[in-house]
Amino acid sequence: MSVPFIVFFACAFLAVLGAVLLIFSWEPIHSALSLVLVMMSLAVLYLLLGAEFIAAVQIIVYAGAIMVLFVFVIMLLNAGTEERTDASKLAKLAGVPMGFFLLLLIARWLWTSVVGTTIANGLGARSNAGVSTRELSMVLFQQYLFPFEATSILILVALLGAWILARKND
Amino acid sequence: MVSLVKIAVLLFVVMTALAYLTWFERKVVARIQSRWGPYYVGAHGLLQPLADGVKFLFKEDMTPPTADKFTYTIAPFLALMLALTAIALIPFGSPAIQVLGQPVFMVSNLDIGLLFLFAITSIGVYGVALAGWSSNSKYPLLGGLRSSAQMISYEVSLTLSVVGVLLIAGTLNFNSIISGQSGYYFHFIPRWHVIPQLVGFLCYITAAIAETNRIPFDLPEAETELVAGFHTEYSSFKFAMFFMAEYANMITVSCLATILFFGGWLSPFPDSWEWQLFIPGGGLVLLGMYCAWDTVVNMRGIAQLQFAVVTLLCLVGGAICLMPGVREVIQGPFWFTTKVIAFLFFYVWTRGTLPRFRYDQLMDFGWKLLLPVSLANLVVTSFVMIVPYLRHG
Repeated sequence: MSVPFIVFFACAFLAVLGAVLLIFSWEPIHSALSLVLVMMSLAVLYLLLGAEFIAAVQIIVYAGAIMVLFVFVIMLLNAGTEERTDASKLAKLAGVPMGFFLLLLIARWLWTSVVGTTIANGLGARSNAGVSTRELSMVLFQQYLFPFEATSILILVALLGAWILARKND
Repeated sequence: MVSLVKIAVLLFVVMTALAYLTWFERKVVARIQSRWGPYYVGAHGLLQPLADGVKFLFKEDMTPPTADKFTYTIAPFLALMLALTAIALIPFGSPAIQVLGQPVFMVSNLDIGLLFLFAITSIGVYGVALAGWSSNSKYPLLGGLRSSAQMISYEVSLTLSVVGVLLIAGTLNFNSIISGQSGYYFHFIPRWHVIPQLVGFLCYITAAIAETNRIPFDLPEAETELVAGFHTEYSSFKFAMFFMAEYANMITVSCLATILFFGGWLSPFPDSWEWQLFIPGGGLVLLGMYCAWDTVVNMRGIAQLQFAVVTLLCLVGGAICLMPGVREVIQGPFWFTTKVIAFLFFYVWTRGTLPRFRYDQLMDFGWKLLLPVSLANLVVTSFVMIVPYLRHG
């Protein structure tokens, strides 16, 4: 049992724990914090795979920006404890088995995929998996320049849309 | 193992620095306001931080009955932990100085150092926001809200103002950024990034003061409006932890300014100027001589004894720093510390002289002035950087 192996399972456990807590906690803030826990654990998993840049961006964008905004909005609206109705019969009877089926599919995919083999072959051996920031930007700004720019324009449009919606009519 | 020792030493140094930063701030602000500041606990109030620490430890630790216990407890830990983690990324001296094959003056040397630092500071807002929310009380909630809004707003400018430096340096690694600043214009003006990136630096330092919630941007804890803002309900050592986190953040931000814009551990003088090796030791000896004079002439009683110890420490430290071998090694940390102290003085200076912004002014300033200016700086820098490539096709 190498150290990266232990770290992997610790973070995987934390990520799942966070996801479960996110659904089951009654306070919106606790749900948001659980989501932060998920994001942070994912960032550590990225680090284990040698993707330093993605890990840092994961924390900056998701944990640092988006979730802070979530927490901010929850605080601003002073959202109280959740009220729940009993889960519908359909969700109980069909949803739970479907969920497990999905889990099975993911597990089967992992068994054969690159990620799964990387984990099995020992994490931390980041020889070929690791991508430096420079290499990543080379690929991003040459090979995938068009999708990248298209995405930024899409985000800009969404931003302007939000501004138009929030603007006072006068 | 070596890393653990380095972490322990760094933690000790940073904790001491935090304690004496409060003393420094109180002394400087007192001087600005024509007061004496801490004076009675130890000679010149030098033991005041210790007394404060003991006082914090012995105060009753109260939790409001309506507070969200778990969040209320983890918030100060989160704030302090993140603030201290950030400092572990800072290189205090050249990586060339090694013991057992490990660089002495840095704990970690990450390829994505700067990004990782921003990652840590970007989640630093949770400590404040959660403290405000979990107290379940009006003023802390308002303080936490203000703080979140302010930190989100100014983080944009903070990050953008640094991108100019990254364009010039072409790396995210702190050591490479610092080594890239060696060399001199006209043989004596150091090639620090502050010269081509003056606008970026001004944006950075403004946004940094706002990020650390200091005057003139200390809206989250504006006493006249919010009692004490997000930490109103906190007492005892939990309050002290917020206090320490704030000062640790000040140190981190000053270190970052030093690294990015002022050449980190590099000396401002060309290598050929041999006498600069004697500055740290000589300075300490001069300080020691002043202290000796002060001890004999102004001090009485127990204070005289205490200050005699300070004098002795200064003189012995100065003598050690003058020894050949030692004087070369301490050059890096000496210049780094000097630059950081200069920034910390600037922090305290603004606190002592500037009034607080109004909340709408704060938001207008951040979004309508600072953000456009840092964006323009980024565009101009990228244009200047790309011109040589255009010329050569």
